[in-house]
Amino acid sequence: MSANDHDPSGPRHNPARRQALSCLAAWTGSAVVWTVAGGVPRALGATGEGPPAAAAKNALTFVQISDTHIGFHKEANPDVVGSLRRAIADIHGLPQTPAFVVHTGDVSHLSKPEEFAQARDLLKEIRVDRVHTIPGEHDTIDEGVTGYLKFFDHDGKGKSWYSFDQGGVHFIGLNNVLNFKMGTLAALGDEQIGWLKGDLASVSHSMPIVVLGHIPLWTVWEPWGWGTADSAQAMALLRPFGSVTVLNGHIHQVLQKVEGNIALHTARSLAYPLPTPGQAGIGEPGPVKVPAGELGKLLGTRQLSIVPGHHDLALIDKPLDA
Amino acid sequence: MTRAFARNTTHPLRAGLALVFCAAFVTPAICAAAAPPATTVDIKKFAYAPKEITVAPGTKITWTNRDETPHTVTSTDKSFASKGLDTDDKFEHTFASEGNFSYACTLHPFMTGIVHVRKQ
Repeated sequence: MSANDHDPSGPRHNPARRQALSCLAAWTGSAVVWTVAGGVPRALGATGEGPPAAAAKNALTFVQISDTHIGFHKEANPDVVGSLRRAIADIHGLPQTPAFVVHTGDVSHLSKPEEFAQARDLLKEIRVDRVHTIPGEHDTIDEGVTGYLKFFDHDGKGKSWYSFDQGGVHFIGLNNVLNFKMGTLAALGDEQIGWLKGDLASVSHSMPIVVLGHIPLWTVWEPWGWGTADSAQAMALLRPFGSVTVLNGHIHQVLQKVEGNIALHTARSLAYPLPTPGQAGIGEPGPVKVPAGELGKLLGTRQLSIVPGHHDLALIDKPLDA
Repeated sequence: MTRAFARNTTHPLRAGLALVFCAAFVTPAICAAAAPPATTVDIKKFAYAPKEITVAPGTKITWTNRDETPHTVTSTDKSFASKGLDTDDKFEHTFASEGNFSYACTLHPFMTGIVHVRKQ
């Protein structure tokens, strides 16, 4: 999924522009390929006409899933397990096996041990080396992050934030669902900001960075808590790097924002849709019920590819039902 | 102060009917002897209703989550805290002494409420 016009070996004729225009005209309900070059995302084409072009052979490809809410069983989606299993089948059907999967939080619905256990077993069904998870606010309800860590302790260090390098990319997982003061947005908190500063100190500024955080790391809609109180501090630490991609969940819909070299993307859920930010006539960010047959168009997965030496990052957002 | 977490243990109408009965037919003194004062707060549309409430010492407040999204009732001073309340789950707390008790939802900290406990 590298941008053809950045690849000297690629075809001179580039049909992507025409496809981009058509997909921008009617992009809802079909997968869209995005490339991020120099921090500016561009639509490359819709995939409704066939499978996406195979990623470059040396690309690192991974998949983002989010907001599985295992334990949710209400009208908006009585079968969240079935939705996750459909996503798993989609992942197994990809032309290039992803290196790993990231889950950007709200693994469970009510932080119950049996929900965490079921989610862990379901995620083990994905045929990849590893599923990297971060907590959402639904995973930290009764005892902070303690219950979640009993099932999803990334490094065995008892922390809900971590980093790792793979394929020439520095990955960072964050917890931005706690550390709030009453009446405010949740935050990363001073301890985690301090850790992030130390973690980034040893990373080359030319190394691509991918950050995972559940709640958007920019303020999408403050009255609904769709933002992170101290995200500006994290953005300041990330700004010197040449290629930063932030992957969020929480709001159950695809949105993008670009700030310099930092591109931020929210993902679809695998449980139920939520209203658009501040959507008129709704008033609160609760599950949206849609007619039968519509739900699969609003849930989905995201495939990402990074080609070494390029700052291009290609994203394909794919609904369960195209 | 007592703490209690009730999951669908009391019928929501019972407390309300008792209050109506007391107000309509019985003197306050007898009423107080028959049942301790009690009142209710609904959690709906990501808000506490009412958001602000004033009660007498000894009053039991029952919160009921009417949303499809879980919420909590968690006091700022840690004197009371519910577990995660799923749809129709209830949380009870009896306010023994006077004071102002602010609380929030730990999942959605923009949701806040306050209980004023005053002798009346």
